[in-house]
Amino acid sequence: MAKIKGAIVVNIERCKGCNLCVVACPSKVLSLNNEANSKGYNYSYMEDPDSCVGCSACAYVCPDACITVYKVRV
Amino acid sequence: MTTTEIINPENLVYIKPKVLNDNPMHYCPGCSHGVVHKLIAEVIEEMDYQEKTIAIAPVGCAVFAYKYLDIDWQQAAHGRAPALATATKRLLPDRLVFTYQGDGDLAAIGTAETIHACNRGENIAIIFINNGIYGMTGGQMAPTTLVGMKSSTSPNGRTVPLNGNPLDITKLLAQLDGTCYVTRQSVHNVANVRKAKKAIRKAFENSMLGKGTSIVEVVSTCNSGWKLSPADSNTWMVENMFPAYPLGDLKDL
Repeated sequence: MAKIKGAIVVNIERCKGCNLCVVACPSKVLSLNNEANSKGYNYSYMEDPDSCVGCSACAYVCPDACITVYKVRV
Repeated sequence: MTTTEIINPENLVYIKPKVLNDNPMHYCPGCSHGVVHKLIAEVIEEMDYQEKTIAIAPVGCAVFAYKYLDIDWQQAAHGRAPALATATKRLLPDRLVFTYQGDGDLAAIGTAETIHACNRGENIAIIFINNGIYGMTGGQMAPTTLVGMKSSTSPNGRTVPLNGNPLDITKLLAQLDGTCYVTRQSVHNVANVRKAKKAIRKAFENSMLGKGTSIVEVVSTCNSGWKLSPADSNTWMVENMFPAYPLGDLKDL
């Protein structure tokens, strides 16, 4: 069976750490980083990248449009 | 397959629309304005209208929308966006003209302009962000503030004897003959973001087809005004705002 793998890239400096993508992710991939960006926001990152299926839910709800999504069939 | 292998232009499925530029938005973290800006940018990009769109910025948090969306903008006096949009559309009927207004702008100081533009059936689209509060000025009570809802000018909650009833202006506008499409949407989860995008697209198309005025209300959060986290604001909105402002089409001709 074809498996779908996804990955996201967060624009770290644009991210405001609002946490909405973390809540929206159905696969619980995302989390807020302990490190902050230059503005002091704990930006979002893939804590569990292996679970990402590239559904784009995080990108749809992101108010600052800082998430780019990639998806591939393997 | 590793993450770096997946991150490849040929596997791209979602990217920020180009109409939304790289300026960092001044909105608070988690603000619904950002999502709606993004949807407008996506729709304009898909319709290929970037060079033919004139938007009218309101007074309120979204006054700076002209910094983020690379289209032509005008900025109206408080509440007068539908009047300015009327003039713009009548002078340049081949352009897509829409206003982007909050509840304080559209439902308080701009009530007259809004109602009369809709009643005349001007071929404009109105994007109405309803978060039940004056966000920019410090969370004061708006006409759309719910009964019992706390704001900085109703610290014990809005009461009907003192403050009157919340104004459901969208329902009111749906009764006017000039409006062709009146809908209420939200952007708190993926399904609703998709629906809201479809609604915005339909409103823009109606405007270009000359069908009349289209209103897309987006029930939104103001997490800093509501004193909640962005995620809690969404929950609060679902539990409290949606019963008063139910989602769906109020009119679709």
